[in-house]
Amino acid sequence: MTPTDPTVLATDTRRDSAAGRANARPAAESDTSPSTPTVRRTGRGSRRKSLEIVLFVAPALLVYVGFVLLPVVLAAYYSVYKWNGLGPLEDFVGLDNYTRALSDPVFIGAMGHNLFFVVASLVVQGPIAIGVALLLNRAMRGRSIFRVIIFIPYVLSEVISAVAWLLILQPQGPFDAVMEAVGLGDLRQLWLADLNVVIWTLLAVVSWKYVGFAIILFLAGLQGVPEELTEAAQIDGASWWQVQRHITIPLLGPTIRIWAFLSIIGSLQLFDMVWVMTGGGPANASSTMATYMIQFGFQRSQLGFGSAIAVILFVISFTFALIYQRFVLRRDTEGALTRGVG
Amino acid sequence: MNTRSTRRLLATGAIAALALAGTTACAPGQQNADGDVELTWWHNGTGEPLNGFWQSVADEFEAANPGVTVTIEAVQNEELQRTKIPNALRGSNPPDLFQQWGGGELAAQVEAGRVMDISDEVGPELDSIGGSVAGWQVDGKTYGLPFSLGIEGFWYNKALFADAGIEGTPTTLDELDDAIDKLKDADITPVVVGAGDKWPAAHYWYNFALKSCSPDTLKTAAVDLDFSDSCFVDAGDDLEAFLETEPFQEGFLATSAQKGATSSAGLLANGKAGMELMGHWNPGQMMGLTEDGKGLGDDLGWFNFPAIPGSSGDATAALGGGDGFSCSVQAPPECVDLLKYISSVDVQTRFAETGAGLPVTAGAEAGVSDPNMQALLEGRNNATYVQLWLDTSYGPTVGGAMNDAIANMFAGQASSKDIVKAMNDAAATQ
Repeated sequence: MTPTDPTVLATDTRRDSAAGRANARPAAESDTSPSTPTVRRTGRGSRRKSLEIVLFVAPALLVYVGFVLLPVVLAAYYSVYKWNGLGPLEDFVGLDNYTRALSDPVFIGAMGHNLFFVVASLVVQGPIAIGVALLLNRAMRGRSIFRVIIFIPYVLSEVISAVAWLLILQPQGPFDAVMEAVGLGDLRQLWLADLNVVIWTLLAVVSWKYVGFAIILFLAGLQGVPEELTEAAQIDGASWWQVQRHITIPLLGPTIRIWAFLSIIGSLQLFDMVWVMTGGGPANASSTMATYMIQFGFQRSQLGFGSAIAVILFVISFTFALIYQRFVLRRDTEGALTRGVG
Repeated sequence: MNTRSTRRLLATGAIAALALAGTTACAPGQQNADGDVELTWWHNGTGEPLNGFWQSVADEFEAANPGVTVTIEAVQNEELQRTKIPNALRGSNPPDLFQQWGGGELAAQVEAGRVMDISDEVGPELDSIGGSVAGWQVDGKTYGLPFSLGIEGFWYNKALFADAGIEGTPTTLDELDDAIDKLKDADITPVVVGAGDKWPAAHYWYNFALKSCSPDTLKTAAVDLDFSDSCFVDAGDDLEAFLETEPFQEGFLATSAQKGATSSAGLLANGKAGMELMGHWNPGQMMGLTEDGKGLGDDLGWFNFPAIPGSSGDATAALGGGDGFSCSVQAPPECVDLLKYISSVDVQTRFAETGAGLPVTAGAEAGVSDPNMQALLEGRNNATYVQLWLDTSYGPTVGGAMNDAIANMFAGQASSKDIVKAMNDAAATQ
């Protein structure tokens, strides 16, 4: 959620956002929020107020409808046609594009790779990020420098870091030279050209890129863990480990759940790093749903079919998001994103 | 209080208006009030010498036509051909003059009514270009003009060939295998291929198809998109046999064709490999991939794709293609003037002098001074039949499936029958 997001204006801005709040107290329904007046005021003041709201929200709303909602609807519409993007839409094929996609082993493979990234990103990045965040959460010298270093990969543009890694991982390239230098020359692989290795290489690069984001999120979450609890536990004789295990990590729960949500959605829609580094190759060994969509939709001039892929990707992400919101994030976001949870 | 809120209201309105204004932009290629014309021009000459050459052509055209400004955008080849141009043509704001490879791609663009028919304006140019313009014509009408047309062969490093003790250049497939063995014995990477981009790998299959299929079969297949003739399977078998000799560099499946010094063209240009199968544009690409901007210089040689004795194809046929430009349908008339200027003997001669391609306009041959380019020109003029690159000829749907399947064969993931099946399947979905 960005500060310019129109929904921020429409909800109570004085509440902490869910991600940064550690103690998930069910918030009392507030009736004093500025944008939802409970008492109907009359006269010019309220009219001006609503006009102001309309003026503020209109640009963002127009952009959102024009660039998010409309394309989603259009993609669904295109996806039932055979269409190369140039002529008129006339060749209606019903659900043929969907059956073709779901019976294409290459697309099934791409879905499998996405699933791999979903699971492996959580398993690899989660523990690392929590560990580093706990370490960096203490007062120590150079803490801010550490934080900057960890955050740099996340700030770099995807394409720039992908090109950098592409050059580093060339056969006989810098990475191989480093491995030779530290005596691991025998473990050298064709990092991007070996069908069995390429996806692990990509996982390593993607993790390097995004783990910084997880660490920063967890550090923010740790700020919300009250000192008093830790102190009380220590007075009761709890070890550092026990404090982390029974106090810090449970209170970090909401942050971890939000991070997992963002990470899973990101893995489902993974595109740029893969596209620049491997193009989904070699022999589709690293394709994802998004690279498949570009390859078959745009590059082969089959926009109807590509739209069907886009719709499938949308449905998968959307369904997952709804289920996750309903069953995992429900307690954390109560009152902030939902209304009247019983 | 009242004035303040009014002022705030006005400010808000202004912000909203600005936000909306940001989403509209002036369309290029349109005359503004002063009668000035803006032309946008997209080409793939991102490196030198081509980038500077096209810029100078644009400057000259601006100088000769007051009131015309030409805005150039140079885009990396694969991006331009597969993404940028198709998307721009689908939208309402395409470039005026854009790179055109001809064949099936052009036919699809013409069918959708996106390309300007310039038949009536380019009579003299057609006379001086001759038969080479065929790839830029659809149903007898002209929709673009080529500026470069060449055939494919092996670009090789003479110094490394000498080091490996190779005498002359291979003329048959057996001699090519010999040369590869000698390079390996001398610890030199024999052949580089940018299989990461797929099409450079696919070009091997095209050449084998040209050796095993008769021109008539190829011409019919290009129209019917039916690849059931057994010669297409033979092409895959020949390729499979060639792949078994393991001629390529380490990690060739992920190598790109032209991006940077670690691309296949970059490896050849920097003396890291013996040879590369590539079109006539390769010297121009290689110059941009070395630090001194010279490529291999005098060490660069060229030989035709070796013959396969006893094969049923036409031994004098060649595989080739070219680069040209088309005007989009809503481009101003000045676009055609620029296109004609690019095709003029003067510009074509200077284009030839850059060594970045082979001119097509009669009278510009004088600019071809490089011995390799002269050999190519001779090969082009002696070929009884020049088959356009198969992916360009078959269009993006079948061409893309074909290139993918061939790249899969390079990765050991497809048989010769799989390639034909992928092509026939793709043709069925078109």
